[in-house]
Amino acid sequence: MPTIIVPFKQIVDIKEIKVDPSTQTPITVGIPRKISDVDKNALEEAIKIKEKHGGKIIAITVGPPEAKTALRETLAMGVDEAYLLSDPIFEGSDTLATARILAKTIEKLGEFDLIICGEMSLDGLAAQVGPRLAELLDVPQITYVRKVTVEGDKVIAEKDLEEEYEIVEAKMPVLLTVTREINEPRIPSLRDIMKASRKEIKTWTANDIGISKEDVGSEGSAVQILKVTVPKVERKGILVEAETVEEAAEEVVKMILKEGVLRR
Amino acid sequence: MSSNEFKGVMVFSENFEILLELLGKGRELADKLQVELSAVLMGHNIDEERGKDLIKHGADKVYIVDNPILEQFNAEPYADVLSKIASEYKPEIILIGATKRGKELAPRVATKLNTGCMTECTKLDIDEERRLVVTRLVYGGSSIATEYSRVKPQIATVSPHTFEKLAPEERKGEIVKFEVEVKEPRTKVVERKKKEIVGERLEEASVIVAGGRGIRSKEDFKLLEELAKVLNGQVGCTRPIAADYGWFTNWIGISGVKIKPKLYIAVGISGAIQHTAGIMDSKIIVAINKDEEAPIFKAADYGIVGDLYKIVPALTEAFKKLLK
Ligand SMILES: Cc1cc2nc3c(=O)[nH]c(=O)nc-3n(C[C@H](O)[C@H](O)[C@H](O)COP(=O)(O)OP(=O)(O)OC[C@H]3O[C@@H](n4cnc5c(N)ncnc54)[C@H](O)[C@@H]3O)c2cc1C
Ligand SMILES: Cc1cc2nc3c(=O)[nH]c(=O)nc-3n(C[C@H](O)[C@H](O)[C@H](O)COP(=O)(O)OP(=O)(O)OC[C@H]3O[C@@H](n4cnc5c(N)ncnc54)[C@H](O)[C@@H]3O)c2cc1C
Repeated sequence: MPTIIVPFKQIVDIKEIKVDPSTQTPITVGIPRKISDVDKNALEEAIKIKEKHGGKIIAITVGPPEAKTALRETLAMGVDEAYLLSDPIFEGSDTLATARILAKTIEKLGEFDLIICGEMSLDGLAAQVGPRLAELLDVPQITYVRKVTVEGDKVIAEKDLEEEYEIVEAKMPVLLTVTREINEPRIPSLRDIMKASRKEIKTWTANDIGISKEDVGSEGSAVQILKVTVPKVERKGILVEAETVEEAAEEVVKMILKEGVLRR
Repeated sequence: MSSNEFKGVMVFSENFEILLELLGKGRELADKLQVELSAVLMGHNIDEERGKDLIKHGADKVYIVDNPILEQFNAEPYADVLSKIASEYKPEIILIGATKRGKELAPRVATKLNTGCMTECTKLDIDEERRLVVTRLVYGGSSIATEYSRVKPQIATVSPHTFEKLAPEERKGEIVKFEVEVKEPRTKVVERKKKEIVGERLEEASVIVAGGRGIRSKEDFKLLEELAKVLNGQVGCTRPIAADYGWFTNWIGISGVKIKPKLYIAVGISGAIQHTAGIMDSKIIVAINKDEEAPIFKAADYGIVGDLYKIVPALTEAFKKLLK
């Protein structure tokens, strides 16, 4: 029966990000947070595998104490154990440092068969933590998985590449990164949510996993951010209205022609 | 290790065309730094001409690794070999093509080399302190981050079809056969299913008509094709149309193709940030959607609220009439 670990990230809800007009920088504090969309697909796939083959699912996240709400949600979805990796010295970790924290945690948790990550987080878009974690734990990886089956000690996965699908086989343990197409994440019922509220969420600090300050946070990170800006969208935003569809269409076409973009 | 031990720019992509593009950008960076530009070629029974081709396109040095295990891309052996070459020759910068394969390779290489990696960069330059400074999209594609890696080698994956390859010319360069033991990967590809190629290369199209879930069937995309035909344009789509329904090979957006046409017409597309992040560089954007509140209208220059099944044919007719 497989032990499945799902590392997931709680992110700011992108749609809610506001812009500071004086600096054109995004405001990301005080914005509602949620589980990164594709990570929900990762959680759902773990639950599906468990429903078929039994086993255990452990959800882990590196984040601030507020990420407990997200862990609570994973418990309601059907996760068995939830761990928060939280320590002020973790702040500012890039993917290298984040993967180190996750690797140390997983080593402490013990044997595993599958790790399921998202293809990328919707805020950072790095698409790195999965492969980095596989490298640190010395396991193979199958990325961009849109379909997976577990057969004995093997997984068979369908990988979505630009020009082809690859059907890839690997012996467990293996790390997968999944796409949004792999499934439709369940929405926990009120009863599931009630039940989850009584479950324990464990919090581990740097000390608990035995990781040193030099390896995490800004100190342990390679990538340094110089600035973040929101490009000014200078679109005209003209809604064309007319009596008939034909008139509206002609009007828009005339406007487009005036722009001179169709001259050959 | 002191960081000035690292010298040179190295480029790699498993896709030869993209490797040539990386040489174009790499040449510019190497010239700024006044260092050597090298390219890595991996595979089996590699044609020497390919190495020469890389030199013609800007490489000073080409490292060739020829091994049966490397015949097809696999992240494990490829990461192993690339990191060994990097450990041996110590480039200060490594550029890798940001294909999906490149994006699963780069973080593994960066982890082996204990360094940073910057994903899918669209601008890359050298600053006064000789650092590689890049820009890339973050927050779903709504914002642009400017960043660098304070650890070397500085690794960046580079957005495909963003930089141009150089015109080939006779140049001096050296081809080095890199001998290394290659370990069998632990994953095996048991089958490849080619995607039926639907849709042309959109990166270069000057007019694109794209459809989203507002279009009810594959057949209905004919409406968009007719409009595109009048405009000498191409047809594209959103991610669900390609990835969920399989009606197209690829999609437009943050995780698909980024486009820069003169005219982009979005039909039955809601305008999720993951989609609009890929169309930002369009000159003029036109949106057709029945929902007045659809976010796509905020990203558009001109919009018509209404049923696409009526509006698209009307647009086609209007263009036919007025383009004469
Ligand atoms: C503006 C900005 C730009 C940045 N640019 C870079 C950069 O170029 N390179 C870089 O290395 N870092 C960068 N970072 C830091 C990076 O965002 C964080 O390290 C983040 O924790 C992980 O990166 P990601 O969110 O892009 O995750 P991805 O690598 O895209 O995540 C993939 C998967 O890994 C797992 N995962 C990711 N984060 C966590 C977590 N905290 N806990 C558990 N599982 C997780 C999830 O399964 C997720 O689906 C940047 C940060 C900011 C704010
Ligand atoms: C990690 C990740 C990466 C992603 N990357 C991408 C990406 O690169 N590109 C991308 O496109 N998406 C991407 N997505 C998906 C994205 O979030 C949206 O789900 C998707 O773009 C929505 O596609 P759509 O606009 O076709 O469909 P919908 O959001 O369902 O919109 C359909 C629209 O059609 C309109 N409509 C319906 N009927 C009619 C009619 N008769 N006439 C006129 N209008 C009509 C509706 O009003 C609606 O606005 C990504 C998601 C994730 C999680």
